Amino acid sequence: MSASPLSTTPAEGLSSAHFATHLSRSAALPAWWLDAKKAAWNQFTALPLPSRTDETWRFSDLKGLDLTGFGLPEAAPQATPKHAAFPQSAELVFANGQATRGPVPADLAGRGVIFAPLEEALREHGDLVRSYFQKHPANLGSEKFVALNTALTATGAFLYVPADVEVALPFVVQHTLTGQNVAAFPHTLVVLGPRAKATLVEFFVSGGAASERQLVSGVNDLHAAEGAQLTYVGAQHWSRQTLAFQVNSIAAGRDARVLSLNLHLGGRQARHESHSRLLGPGAHSEMLALTVADGDREFDQRTLQTHVAPHTTSNLLYKNALLDTAKTIFSGLIIVEPDAQKTDAYQKNRNLMLSDEAEAHSLPGLEIQANDVKCSHGSTSARIDAEQEFYLQARGIAPAAARRLLVTAFFEEVLNKLENEDVHAALTALIASRFQA
Amino acid sequence: MKPPTDLLAEPGLDAPTHETTAVENPTVGIDQSAGDFTYDVKYEFDAGNGLNENVIRYISSVKKEADWILDFRLKAYQTFLAKPMPTHWATKDLENIDFNKIRYYLSQGTKPKRTWDEVPDDIKKTFERLGIPEQERKFLAGVEAQFDSEAAYSNVKDIVAKQGVIFCNSTEALREHPELFKKWFGKVIPTGDNKFSALNSAVFSGGSFIYVPKGVKVAMPLQAYFRINAENFGQFERTLIIADEGAEVTYMEGCTAPKFSTSTLHSAVVELVALKGAKIQYITVQNWANNVFNLVTKRAIAMEDAEVKWIDCNIGSRLTMKYPGVILKGRRARGEVISIALANDGQHQDTGAKMIHAADDTTSVIVAKSISVGQGRSTYRGVVHIPKHLKGCKNNTECDALLINTNSRTDTYPAIVVRGDTHAVQHEASVSKVSEDMIFYMQQRGLTEAQAMSLAVNGFVNDLVRQFPMEYSVELKRLIDLEMEGSVG
Repeated sequence: MSASPLSTTPAEGLSSAHFATHLSRSAALPAWWLDAKKAAWNQFTALPLPSRTDETWRFSDLKGLDLTGFGLPEAAPQATPKHAAFPQSAELVFANGQATRGPVPADLAGRGVIFAPLEEALREHGDLVRSYFQKHPANLGSEKFVALNTALTATGAFLYVPADVEVALPFVVQHTLTGQNVAAFPHTLVVLGPRAKATLVEFFVSGGAASERQLVSGVNDLHAAEGAQLTYVGAQHWSRQTLAFQVNSIAAGRDARVLSLNLHLGGRQARHESHSRLLGPGAHSEMLALTVADGDREFDQRTLQTHVAPHTTSNLLYKNALLDTAKTIFSGLIIVEPDAQKTDAYQKNRNLMLSDEAEAHSLPGLEIQANDVKCSHGSTSARIDAEQEFYLQARGIAPAAARRLLVTAFFEEVLNKLENEDVHAALTALIASRFQA
Repeated sequence: MKPPTDLLAEPGLDAPTHETTAVENPTVGIDQSAGDFTYDVKYEFDAGNGLNENVIRYISSVKKEADWILDFRLKAYQTFLAKPMPTHWATKDLENIDFNKIRYYLSQGTKPKRTWDEVPDDIKKTFERLGIPEQERKFLAGVEAQFDSEAAYSNVKDIVAKQGVIFCNSTEALREHPELFKKWFGKVIPTGDNKFSALNSAVFSGGSFIYVPKGVKVAMPLQAYFRINAENFGQFERTLIIADEGAEVTYMEGCTAPKFSTSTLHSAVVELVALKGAKIQYITVQNWANNVFNLVTKRAIAMEDAEVKWIDCNIGSRLTMKYPGVILKGRRARGEVISIALANDGQHQDTGAKMIHAADDTTSVIVAKSISVGQGRSTYRGVVHIPKHLKGCKNNTECDALLINTNSRTDTYPAIVVRGDTHAVQHEASVSKVSEDMIFYMQQRGLTEAQAMSLAVNGFVNDLVRQFPMEYSVELKRLIDLEMEGSVG
C-alpha cells in the first residue's frame, strides 16, 4: 500500500501528532473513553522501555523492542480470510482497522447477544464496555504497550452473551495488517453473563509481503461470570518482521470455566502475556499455547495464574517446537493467595528441540501462601524420542515424515482439548501449512 | 572499642577512624530474638563499625598480608561500592542491612572470655536436646575460643598431613602457600560476581584453604572443627578447596546447634576446584540466629570426569540467600546439589542451586526440599544453563515444598536455558502439606499430633538426610523435632 500521510520517517516513532489525529477520528465516542485514551497516552510516553534489570523481561531481546518508524495504517483493501472456513455464528473482519461485519443471526440478537466492532459497541453499549474494559489489567511487564493499545485502539471485537444464553457455533474475528512500518492495536473484550456459553476464535495475520515491518500491540479482556463457559482461541501468523505484543487477561467467577488457546506462528519477536484470575470458588482456567518457532524468531511467553478464591483450579500447558536458531522464553507463575485454600494448580512447559541451534528458556515459578493446596509444575526440554522415531521408520515411514508425525503428535495433546472439531481442524491446517513452507 | 595499637606489630599502624560511635551489640534495626545470644567482649583486634579503606588496610595489616592481597581487597571494596543491591529480583529485606553498623573484623585471641554459667538456659537446653557433645557445646556457645576436643581430631590431622594435604586458614594459606592457592583464589567466584562476594573479597578472614595432592583420597571428612579459632565461624570467611587430579575429599562445616553470633551479617565465599577426575563433597549444616542475614556465594568448578556434590542444609537466620553452583567445565563432569531448607516464623530461606554446563556429556542433579513452618517462607531459586554447541548434557531438577501451617509460604523460581537438540532437561516441583490421613493414622497409634507431624516432616526429608554423615543426620532429625514443636494445634 502507498505511504499514508501519517507514516513517519524512520527516525521517529508514534508521536503525539499521531495520537492527536487518532483522537480527532474518535471524537464521536464517549468522553470517558477519550479521557482514558489521553491518560493512557501520557502513561505510554512516561513509562520507560523495559531494561536489563527488569525481571519480567529476563532473557528477552530488549534491542528488538524498537518502536521507531511506525505509523498508523490507512484502510487496506478487503482482506480474504487465510484460515479454512468453518461453520460460525458470525464473523468480524478488520483490514488495517477497517471493519467489515457479517450479521449476527436474528435468534442470537433477539436473546441479547452483542457481537460488534469495539467502536460501535462504545457508541451503542458504552456503559457495558466501560464496566469491563481493562477491569483486570494483566500487569506482567508490558504495561507500556498496553497503554499504547488503549491510547490508539480503534479495532477489535466486543462480544457480550447474556445470562443463560448458550451459543454453539464460534464467533470469528479476523485481523489483517498490510503495509510497511504500520502498526495495529486490536482490543478484544468478551463478557459472558452467568451460565452463558460461547467460543471466540481470533486470527491475526499480515496481509502483505513477509518482509513488511509491522508493530502490533493487542489486548484481550475475557470475563466469565458465575457458571459461564468461555473458549477463546487466538492464532497469530504475523509477518517475519513483525514486533508483536499480545496481552491477555482472564477473569473467572464462581464455577466459571475458561479455556484459552494461543497459537503462535509468526512475527520476528512476539511476546504473549496471559494472566488468569480465579475469583470465585469452583472457577477453572485452562491455559494452552502452541508455538512453532523457526528461523531466528523469538517467542516470549509470560503467564500468571492467580488463585484468589478457595477451591479453584487451573491448568497450564505451553508447548514449543523449536527449529533453526529460534528462541523461546516461557516464564510462568502460579500465585496462591492466603485465602485460596484447596487450590489445585498445574503448570507445564514442554520444549521440543528440533535443531542444535535453537534455544529454550524456561522459568516455571510458584508463590504459595496457603498450605492446603496441590500445586506443581514441570518443565522439560528434549529432542524427539529416538525410540519413537525408530518405531515409525521401522514401519517404512521416511525420516522426515516420521519427524513431522511426531511433532504433530506433540501438538495434538493441546489441540485435543478443543471441543469444536472445526476449530481444531483449522488450527491443525495452519500448523501443517507452516511445516510445508 | 578502639584496638590497642601497641599490640600491632607494624609501627605507625593505627586503627581505622570511624564517624559513627561503636555499637555494643550491632543489629540491623530489628529485635534480637531468642535464638540469638551475644556477650559483651573485649576483642584483641577490632576493626570497629562501618567500612572504609582504612578498615581494609587495618585487617590486612593485622594479618600481615602480602601487597597483592591488600590490592585485591581494595579493588573488591570499590566493586562492592559500585554494585547495586540485587533487589530487582531478591527480597527488599536486603535494604534493611545497614553496612555502617556492621563490624567487619573481630579477633579475640585465644583466652576463654566467659563462663558456661553465662550461657542462657534455653541455649543450654537446646544443646542438651540436640545431643551436642559436652566439649562442643562450650565452643558453640562461644565460651571457649579453642575447641577442647581438638586433641580427639589431631590424629586425623596428622594422617592427612602425611598424605600431603594442606589444611589451614585463609591468612596462613595465602602467606605460606601462594604458589598453590593464588592460581584459583577468586577465580571460581570473581570479586564482581555479586555485591556480597565483593564485600567478602574486601574484608574476608578465616575459613579453610585445603589442597589435596594428585591421587590422594582423604578417607575421613575434614571438618571446620579442626583448627577452630575465633575467626572460624566469622562473618566473612573465605574457603578454597583444591582437589588435584584424581583426589577425593569431603569437607563439613557448621553444625545444627544455634550458633553464637557476633554479627547480623554473614557473607562467606566458598570456592571449590575439582581437577581432572577429582571428587569433592561439601557438606553444610547451618542454623543461624533469627536476626542474621546469611548471604553466601558458593561455587565449584569441575574439570574432566570430576564430581562435585554440595549438601546444603539451612535452618534459622532471618534471610538466607545461597545458591551453591557447579561450573561443569570438563567432559563428563558431574555436579549435584542436595538442599534442605527449613523456614520458621520470621525467616526466609532463599536457597537453590546453579548448574552451568560448559562441556559435552556433563550431567547435573538438583534435589531441593523445603519446609515452611508458621509464617516462615522458603524459596527455591535455581539456574540450569546449557549453552550452544554442547552435546549430550543432562539435568534433572526436583523441588518439593512442604507447608505446615495455613500462613506458611513457599516460592519456586527456576530458570532453565537449553540450546540444541541433544540434551535432556527435566524440572519438576511440587507443593504439598502433610496429609491429614497420615497424621490421623499416627495419632491412632498413640502419637501426639506434634510427634506425628515431626515424624511426617522427617519422612519428607528422609531420603536426603540419609546422604548426610551419620552424626549430622541424627542431629538434623532432632532439630526438626525441635522446630516442629508448637507448630501444630
